[in-house]
Amino acid sequence: MSFFRRLLRRPVAVVCFAYLAALVGIAVVAPIAMPSVETQNAGDLFGANLLPGWSHLLGTDTLGRDVLARLLVGDRVTLVGVAEALITVLVLGVPLGLAAGYRGGWTDRVVTWLADLTFSLPAVVIIIVVLSVFPGSMLAGMVTFGVIAAPDLMRVVRSATLPVREELYIKAAEASGLSGTYILTRHVLSRISGVVIARASLLAAAALGLQTGLAFLNLLVAAPAPSWGGMVADGTSVLLLHPWLIASPGAAIAVTMLALSIFGDAVRDAAVEGWSPAVTRRRQALKSAAPGAAAPAEGRLLAVEHLGVSFPGGEGDLRVVEDVTFDVAAGEIVGIVGESGCGKSVTAAAVIGLLPGAGRIDGGSVWFAGTDLARARDAELGPIRGRKIAFVSQEPMASLDPAYRVGAQIEEALRCHRGLSRAGARARAIELLRDMHFADPAAVARRYPHELSGGMAQRVGIARALAGEPQLLIADEPTTALDVTVQAEILELLRELQLTRRMAVLIVTHDWGVVADLCDRVVVMYAGQVVERADVRPIFDSPLHPYTEALLASNPHLAPEAATLPVIPGTVPPPGSWPAGCRFSARCRYSVAACTELAVAIEAAGGAHETRCLRHDQLARA
Amino acid sequence: MSTRPLLSIDRLRVEYPVRNRPPFTAVDDVSLAVGPRETVGLVGESGSGKTTIASTVLGFVPAAAGTIEFDGEDIAGADRGRRRRLSASLQVVFQDPYSSLNPARTIGKTLAETLRPHGSPSRPEVAQRVASILERVGFEPAAANRYPNQFSGGQRQRIAIARALIARPRLVICDEPVSSLDLSVQAQVLNLLRGLQEELGLSYLFISHDLAVVRHVSTRVVVLYRGRVMEAGPAAVVYEQPAHPYTRALLESVPIPDPDRQRARRAARPRSAPGLPVTAARESCRFAPRCPWAVDVCREREPPAEATTEGVLVACHRWREWATVRSREKI
Repeated sequence: MSFFRRLLRRPVAVVCFAYLAALVGIAVVAPIAMPSVETQNAGDLFGANLLPGWSHLLGTDTLGRDVLARLLVGDRVTLVGVAEALITVLVLGVPLGLAAGYRGGWTDRVVTWLADLTFSLPAVVIIIVVLSVFPGSMLAGMVTFGVIAAPDLMRVVRSATLPVREELYIKAAEASGLSGTYILTRHVLSRISGVVIARASLLAAAALGLQTGLAFLNLLVAAPAPSWGGMVADGTSVLLLHPWLIASPGAAIAVTMLALSIFGDAVRDAAVEGWSPAVTRRRQALKSAAPGAAAPAEGRLLAVEHLGVSFPGGEGDLRVVEDVTFDVAAGEIVGIVGESGCGKSVTAAAVIGLLPGAGRIDGGSVWFAGTDLARARDAELGPIRGRKIAFVSQEPMASLDPAYRVGAQIEEALRCHRGLSRAGARARAIELLRDMHFADPAAVARRYPHELSGGMAQRVGIARALAGEPQLLIADEPTTALDVTVQAEILELLRELQLTRRMAVLIVTHDWGVVADLCDRVVVMYAGQVVERADVRPIFDSPLHPYTEALLASNPHLAPEAATLPVIPGTVPPPGSWPAGCRFSARCRYSVAACTELAVAIEAAGGAHETRCLRHDQLARA
Repeated sequence: MSTRPLLSIDRLRVEYPVRNRPPFTAVDDVSLAVGPRETVGLVGESGSGKTTIASTVLGFVPAAAGTIEFDGEDIAGADRGRRRRLSASLQVVFQDPYSSLNPARTIGKTLAETLRPHGSPSRPEVAQRVASILERVGFEPAAANRYPNQFSGGQRQRIAIARALIARPRLVICDEPVSSLDLSVQAQVLNLLRGLQEELGLSYLFISHDLAVVRHVSTRVVVLYRGRVMEAGPAAVVYEQPAHPYTRALLESVPIPDPDRQRARRAARPRSAPGLPVTAARESCRFAPRCPWAVDVCREREPPAEATTEGVLVACHRWREWATVRSREKI
């Protein structure tokens, strides 16, 4: 969808755009249509200060001139002034901000120093001094405002540029030999256009406000030419007798300022909508009563039943997880395996009520210790999170707050979950770090997250997760971002924690090696569904779903030294384009006509082995 | 090798300035060469200096000592103009397919801009080249009008490969190109890289922390630890019979997808307590603080690189004892 179509889908934007376009039209037409207004010193003095009526739609001013005519003609001066200020701000602020943010070093220091200098100057005094040199010059006044306001935009542009500069696509463009100017205009500017637009529209509104003030002081527009600020001044002089006189110019100024800032926001949203992520919404508990909502049998710590998760999409909600059922017994390690986009991380996040973005559980139940977490209110979920179920994420560094020492972050969790005293929490935090096999736990506790390696940060993350002595640890790809040697240590640690603390672990991974190393049971997911569930050995020895089989075969660690590595042809179909029949059928080498006709149910295939495949009997014999 | 190498790095040292302290040496005395149509794997953990080497070859980071020759021309201190010309033959694929494509630009624009610095081909020619490279990496030409957020990680990485190849380079530096992908998708991307190499006669400098992946694509492998070469040699030999304890540690750490064998391996693996990063004494072997087989001599002298009979260079005081242990273990 093009930028303008996205913009026109927003009613507020359309209203603001229509209003601003009308203002521009009036600015062009009114002075031509009513040439006498600009030079009219006085109207019918006997008909001064009239209330709105048929002959004068908005009444007349203190000198008997028609208010509507002056408002319309004064529009041009006002808009030209705003445009002058805006152009000055953009011409100075954007290039300087880009240069300071992208080049850094001396350029940055000089530009920032100049900006600080400008900030320290008394703006109004300077504008008044400039206007005393160029009396009544709108151009001089507005350009001066632009120069003084430019550092504001410059800082916004600079701080938006800094993170973009670190992106790899900037490096790739540099490696391609593209010039700095090209990279700045095409790559950086397109990324930061949103903040520039939003900030510039606010500055335009500020310019309008300042202009009104200056016109009010009679510094900008020489009488008798009309301006909105001058009209407010005129009205103020008779405020007690004829208060309505300031109403129409006042309303015009207020509405225009509002329209500028709202339109700026809408333009920004429309400009970035094509590529930016969705907004986050608060968690919503599932309202409907559970179908046959009986707590599951004892012995199972976590029982996920027919779980469904959906995210709002372009056309209605998108189901990304459907009919997912599995359980975890106390002290057991269960792995959820699958490719990216199969819903395994979403499933893990749904269990603990931490779905990203605007995702929500829309069916099924998540039973944990007698409570259905899918239907639990936030107040009920609070005591469970951290204390009964803990979470370890894929990005160890991102999960720690860079502003606090790691010891303090573990202590915070301990005091919150265990109600320990300050001293007690400190001692326990060191103990937890010792359990993570740090040689010098006290020294580690004093460190800030940036002083740790990725593997150490993940150990600290696990230590913090254990602060509440949870019965279940959910680990979402806990070792994917780590070096192989560090991964081996973290896996060792998880195994040991499970043995010594009888803690259950639900681990999400795409690595069969991790599964083989750690898991007791395995849940294989494909395109939002569970396709196979079994104990760990049968999964490796005799997989009963073609997807599991193909996924095992396409592991480059196992592959023989051959010219081409075995792969699964095609890719996981994205949510919304799942086929009606078996979702894997298009990529499956055993697929027959029946596979594509009806949805396939998951069924038992002997013992605890379950599979969602019509032909698993043949697969078992093959 | 009889032919002249395409990329030849000789005794490279790279330093990063540290405030109020002597500079940090990220790469120390590293030499390697990549021949035409050859893939050299650069393996090591984070902090081993492998990405720094890539950045230095690409000119993002200056070399403190040593030379980098590309096709016989020293490019270590190349200026902007030289770099611009060089970018036609030297391209890069980064690790993170999410950060390496500008989310605000369509795929077509991202691909086309790589051609800008090298003559100005006409619009139809650019469109045609974009379409044909997209097709080669497995997309419909219509993908050019879409934004990166409409593609998965593996698809984005194929687009990043297309961007590197559209200018028809001779050497592509692949900086962990598959590390952030699913294992099943890694195979697809590795096959693509290999197919393109045969078709276009490319050379790769292939950086990864995963020795198993490197083995599949590389003719030769260089194993780095803290900026130094620990072991270098033919990929199959290094993978099958690692001569350095560090290489062996890397191989043993990769969990294998077989529950019984993996659990046996894990039980047999020597354990080391993780501490705060230990900096080895200046003159000791860098791996000594972590090495389960370190003896006094390892902490006293830096081991020289020695050649084994299989054509492998190894920097370890005890590699000969090791070789005998290894052959005994095999029986």
